[in-house]
Amino acid sequence: MKKPQTLPAPPAEALATVDLAAVAALDLVTPETAVPLPQQAPVATDLVEDLVKPYPVKVKRKRAKHITVNDPDEIPPIEANVRSTPGIITTRGCCYAGCKGVVLGPITDVIHIVHGPIGCSYYAWMTRRNQADVPESEQDFLKYCFSTDMTTNEIVFGGEKKLAQAVREAYEIFHPKAIDIFSTCPVGLIGDDVHAVAREARKELKIPVFAFSCEGYKGVSQSAGHHIANNGLFKNVVGTEELPAEAKTNPFRVNMLGEYNIGGDAFEIERLLNACGIQLVATFSGNAQLAELAHSQDANLNLIQCHRSINYMATMMETKYGIPWLKVNFIGAEATAKTLRKIARYFGDDELTARVEIVIAEELAKVEPVRQAVRARVEGRPVMLFVGGSRSHHYQSLFRDMGMPVVTAGYEFAHRDDYEGYQVASTIKVDADSRNIEELTVEADPEHYRARKSPEELERLKASVDIADYKGMMPEMAKGAMVVDDISHHELEQLIETYHPALVCSGIKDKYVVEKMGIPCKQLHNYDYGGPYAGFRGAVNFYQEIDRMVNSPVWGFIPTPWEKQSA
Amino acid sequence: MLSQTPTKVSQRSALRINPAKTCQPIGAMYAASGIHNCLPYSHGSQGCCSYHRSHLTRHFKEPFMAATSSFTEGASVFGGQPNLLQGLRTAFAAYDPDVIAVNTTCLSETIGDDIPQIIGEAESSGIIPEGKFVIHANTPSYDGSHVTGFSNMCVSMVKYFATRIEDSSEASAPQLNIVPGFVDPADMREIRRLAESVGFTVTMFPDTAGVLDAPQTGSFQMYPDGGVTVDELRNLGRGVKTLALGPFASAEAALQLDKIAGVPHEVLDLPVGIAATDRFIGALNALGAAIPDEITTQRGQLVDLMCDVQQHFYNKKVAIFGDPDHVLSLTEFCRDLGMIPVHILTGTPGKAFGRKATEILGDKADQTNIEGEQDLFLLHQLIKNQPVDLLVGTSYGKYIARAEDIPFVRFGWPILDRFGHALIPSLGYAGAIQLISKMSDALLDRRDRDSTEWQFELVL
Repeated sequence: MKKPQTLPAPPAEALATVDLAAVAALDLVTPETAVPLPQQAPVATDLVEDLVKPYPVKVKRKRAKHITVNDPDEIPPIEANVRSTPGIITTRGCCYAGCKGVVLGPITDVIHIVHGPIGCSYYAWMTRRNQADVPESEQDFLKYCFSTDMTTNEIVFGGEKKLAQAVREAYEIFHPKAIDIFSTCPVGLIGDDVHAVAREARKELKIPVFAFSCEGYKGVSQSAGHHIANNGLFKNVVGTEELPAEAKTNPFRVNMLGEYNIGGDAFEIERLLNACGIQLVATFSGNAQLAELAHSQDANLNLIQCHRSINYMATMMETKYGIPWLKVNFIGAEATAKTLRKIARYFGDDELTARVEIVIAEELAKVEPVRQAVRARVEGRPVMLFVGGSRSHHYQSLFRDMGMPVVTAGYEFAHRDDYEGYQVASTIKVDADSRNIEELTVEADPEHYRARKSPEELERLKASVDIADYKGMMPEMAKGAMVVDDISHHELEQLIETYHPALVCSGIKDKYVVEKMGIPCKQLHNYDYGGPYAGFRGAVNFYQEIDRMVNSPVWGFIPTPWEKQSA
Repeated sequence: MLSQTPTKVSQRSALRINPAKTCQPIGAMYAASGIHNCLPYSHGSQGCCSYHRSHLTRHFKEPFMAATSSFTEGASVFGGQPNLLQGLRTAFAAYDPDVIAVNTTCLSETIGDDIPQIIGEAESSGIIPEGKFVIHANTPSYDGSHVTGFSNMCVSMVKYFATRIEDSSEASAPQLNIVPGFVDPADMREIRRLAESVGFTVTMFPDTAGVLDAPQTGSFQMYPDGGVTVDELRNLGRGVKTLALGPFASAEAALQLDKIAGVPHEVLDLPVGIAATDRFIGALNALGAAIPDEITTQRGQLVDLMCDVQQHFYNKKVAIFGDPDHVLSLTEFCRDLGMIPVHILTGTPGKAFGRKATEILGDKADQTNIEGEQDLFLLHQLIKNQPVDLLVGTSYGKYIARAEDIPFVRFGWPILDRFGHALIPSLGYAGAIQLISKMSDALLDRRDRDSTEWQFELVL
């Protein structure tokens, strides 16, 4: 649970040193200029055809639409969020993984029961590194795995009874604050009504019980599951409690959306916000307890870290409660500084602005020596990033800090807006695979809607801090860099052979493929069990980690001494 | 740590908490990876394949390649045939495997996709290139466990490739077939070494040695050098015998091979520890092989070590969990070391576990909680009620070990938080030496940690 923040007395003499006019004049909206590609980099336009060469004809045509050569000044369209070709070896996961694994799983004091055969719950058990610092007096189920462990009997005769009984047993053993239920593939097929079971259990147990129809086959990737999770949280949790009055004294109240506290990122972000005098009301959903999500409508600004997984929540909360949203990026030292400045500019308070500047100055003073030292050892060395739905963009900030060019990048499950920018979102045609993912109809809440800013103010903020906008990954990538959506194993292997990167960023399934080639691979889903990488301290960790990886002596042992001799 | 777990055990009929098993398909995929030039293929939602590849990679710290049918809602309603056909076409075109080994999932099983029919369709429409193969195993996730899935894919290898072969006179050394069980590449390597050293030509299926312990060479090999070849599988019928190591993981394949190709089979316990390894070597001996001095010497080293460490193991209480074949043999070994197995538990269903355990423990069976088809939540509760001096099992045990402050030794599959286990055998006499070393390290580290200043001794 986030504690209410009371502002410490500002050190007047320090505040006085900040040149507010200069801060107000800073450009916080123009996309950052990418590190230019190395001169000897291959010409990407020549590669596209080659990359799809071995595929059957139809697959060739389909995949070519997912591959494009970037131009930050004139963003080319890219195909995204459509089904992966069977057999192609994608790294994508399923709807259930996005719903339970990503969004709901990190909530610590809710019992998450997975209704299905054992595997689904088992694989999502402690594998995403969501850290949480739960007080001893509070319940913490992060290290537990709950499942109905469906057997043939339930597949044939239906599993509702077993699910109802499982919910009952969970309640009797643990007496949790709430229970949620997740459907897996067979549940949808045999027609178990998980929502009816949840309704009955709610009546019987007198605690919130709610269900998610997030069968693995829905949508085309984890992305559908994020949407379903957002819908369920919005319907069942957000706005069900009120922030206590004593926690409402600080007007600079924010929620952190799409931050799952992998490797402790959320801890570092919370530390920085606190240092600036900004109160964190709720994090969706790293290190989160149910109550903070329940009263998150009492924040005055929603910050979006992972746009892909949680933008739905932000827009729904804006419509219902009047909370504007701001896309932020706490990955990278420069990016973090820019993010904090945007927040301060949104609130428009001179004292807050000055405090933020002081924090940035103090933190950057510690970051800078490490950054310079590492930069001298890694600058100019090419990087590839293929991961997730936002990290392939965010982590480019850290590589920019170090002067490492990103030669090619792409997302695993993003949509076009994550590549090209928010302006294309409304133009995307929803295809048959995504049509059944519910779009909630949301209206302003007659009692609880409170416009935080006037329309004119919002218009001004759009121009000065990109409020309610996300410019996407491609404007911040170099001209000529290659962008590949939902990359296949074949394409990854070929791109590595073509670009000879110093480092590849991906996930566990690619990790050892890449490293067998003698190239270090940084896992950006789970951080290779390191972190945090967010904020200023995280940036230092990341610089040092990349320095270790690309300059490690171990790679030098790959050729045997006798091979070296004869070469 | 796990502070919500109450000491009091309550009856549960529906809720599984902290499982000691996972689902069939991952076992089938692991088995399939032990075929040379084979691409495992999951017929179901993308998530299954993604989860399985991730999990196997985390254990082996090696690439684990596999493809999926990427079911969408449409496929779930109208059937997965178009997905599987397109998947096979694409995978053969892009990745050129010799064999694609299809496993089903709860999704494709529930909708009832007829895989042999679809493979037939792929054959007749020319999707399967000349000289290439598609095999399949039905691995419904809602039945059995990952061990069952492993067993089912082993059975498929037999069903798709083995035939009766009358003429076995060509072979210079007699051929012995071995189904090694759901064990690490190093274990398969060690079992092969033992059987070859007594003079057999060994066909091991599956064989992940050389696949999931491949060397770092600076180049990625989609299909590493190891694995049982299609040719070897086709010649299984030449075997003088098939040894199935572990009733749960291996017996069925050996039985089927017996039925199909007439190769007599024998089901042995997984050779973990001295007695089970003795029985394995005994089986080789019974086939007429003379046991070389090298093996006798190694056994002698193990017995020597057992004599040396016995005071540290005697009457120590141990809890063991994991896959049934592993747990049963380790229970026997712990008993042979003078320990008391207080709790033994597997998540895999099957009544044979309780029966075998009772048999192994003999007159001491009543000192042991024998739990089949159970979970780690129960194991934790049992340990709270009846504490132990040592916990042995997969990485998931570390949470119980921390909560209850118990020395912990990792053994079995999966081990997600340590390195080197896939390279060091825990089977055979060599494996038993390794296990004693790990267990005594854990016990003596604890003695050192807990001893007073004056009891803290240099020599133990």
